Amino acid sequence: MSLVRSASTVLAKELRIELRTHDLTNTIFFFVLMIAGLFSFAFSPTAAESRRILPGLVWMAFFFAGTLMLQLCFVREQTNDTLAALRLAPIDPFAILLGKILANFAFLAATEIIFVPIFSVFYNVSVGEVIGRLLLVLFLGTFGLAVVGTVFSAMAAQARMRELLLPLLLLPVLAPVLIAGVEATGELLAAGHSVGQMWVSMLAGFDVIFTTATWLLSGYLVEE
Amino acid sequence: MMLGKAAWNLAWWAVAIGLGFAGYAIFFIAPRELTMGSIQRIFYFHAATGISAYLCFFLSFLASIGYLASRQPRWDWMAVSTAEVGLAFDTVVLITGPIWAKPVWGTWWVWDARLTLAFIVELLYIAYLLLRRLSTEMDRRGMISAVFGIFAFLDVPLAYFSVRWWRTEHPGPVIAGGPNSGLDPRMWHVFAFTWLALLALMILMIRDRYRLEAMRQTVSEWKAEEELGVEMAEGKEVTQ
Repeated sequence: MSLVRSASTVLAKELRIELRTHDLTNTIFFFVLMIAGLFSFAFSPTAAESRRILPGLVWMAFFFAGTLMLQLCFVREQTNDTLAALRLAPIDPFAILLGKILANFAFLAATEIIFVPIFSVFYNVSVGEVIGRLLLVLFLGTFGLAVVGTVFSAMAAQARMRELLLPLLLLPVLAPVLIAGVEATGELLAAGHSVGQMWVSMLAGFDVIFTTATWLLSGYLVEE
Repeated sequence: MMLGKAAWNLAWWAVAIGLGFAGYAIFFIAPRELTMGSIQRIFYFHAATGISAYLCFFLSFLASIGYLASRQPRWDWMAVSTAEVGLAFDTVVLITGPIWAKPVWGTWWVWDARLTLAFIVELLYIAYLLLRRLSTEMDRRGMISAVFGIFAFLDVPLAYFSVRWWRTEHPGPVIAGGPNSGLDPRMWHVFAFTWLALLALMILMIRDRYRLEAMRQTVSEWKAEEELGVEMAEGKEVTQ
C-alpha cells in the first residue's frame, strides 16, 4: 500500500474513533474555554493590554491543550492493546505516525477555528481583516506541535509518569514555534496587519525539519 | 581506556594545575579591559565554557546517531555522558553570565538572544535526562533517548535563529566577529589556554561518566544473572 493510502487509513480510523467518542475534542474545547476565562481573571487586561497579551495567550492556550490531548494518542492504543496490530500491519511505520499526526492536527485546527472568534470577542480584539493569515500562522505552528507531539507521545507512552513527562519533553522543543508564532500573531494584530516573512519561514522550517526527522526515524519509533 | 589508572590520575592533576594557571593568567597576565574593567575577566571562563557546552551537545547528537545506526550500548553511554557534562557546562554559563551582566548591564538577567538560547538548551537537556530516568524498559530507553537527543539538537539552530530575531543585547562575537572585533594578543593567549584547560576537563569528565555508565550496565547484568540463578535454584520455571 502506498504511504498516502495507508496514512489516510490510519487517519480515518483516528477520526472515526473521535467522532464516536468525542473524548479529545470535548476535553480540549473545554480546556481552551477555561483558559480564555482564567487568563482574563488573572490579568484583567485593559483594551490596550489585551491587544498586547492576546497573541501569547492564544498560543499558550493551544499549546497546553495540545500537550493534554497528545498524551492520549498512544496511550489509547496501549490500553486497547492495538499498537501491536498497527505494528504488524504491512505498512510503512511512517504512515502510522503520519496518520496520527494529521488526526491530531485536525483536532487542534478545528479547536482553533472555533476559538479564534471566541478569543476575539472575550478580549475585544478584532481579527476579521486578518483571519485568513492568522489561521495560516496558527496552522503552521500547530502542525509543528502535532509532529513533535505525536513522536514524543509515542516515546513517553513507554515511560513512568508519562502524563507528566510529555509536556516536559514537548514544551522546550516548541520554544522556537512559540516565539515565532507569538511574534507573527502580534504583527498581524498590530495596526499594520502585516506579517514578517521570517517568522512564517521559521514556522514552516520547523515543520519541514521535524517532519523529515520523523520520516527518517519512524522505523525506530514504531518498532518493538 | 588504553591508559592505566596512574596515567588518568596524572591527567586529572594536570588539568587541575592547568585550570589553576588559567585562573592566574586571567587575573594577572590578561590586560584590564578599558570600559568594563576587571569584570570582563569572567569572559575567559564564560565563553570558553559556553563553546565547550555546545561541543558536548554536538557530540551527544553524533553519539545518538551512532546508537541508532549500530545499536551498540557504548554509543548510548557516550550520548548520556556528553549530554550530562554539556548540561553541567551550560549551567556554569548560566551562572557566570548574570554575574557579568549585573555590573555591566545593570541587571542580572535579560531575555537576550544568547541567554535565552542557553536557557532553552538547558531545558532541552534536562528533559533528555528526565526521559532517560523515567524510561522503564531498558531496551527501548537507548532508542527513545537517542531519538530525543537528535530532536533536541535539531532544535538548537531553530531556537538560535528565533531568539536572535526576537532580541539581541549580548555582545557580538569578539573572535572572528567582523573587521572591528578582535582581542588583544595577550587576551587571545589567555583565552586559548583557558579553553584548552576546560576542554581537557570536559574530556576527563566525559570519560569518567562513560565508565560509570558502563559499570552500571555490568552491575545490572550481574543482578539479572543472579536473579535468574536464584529462580533456577528454587526450581521455578524460567521463562525468558
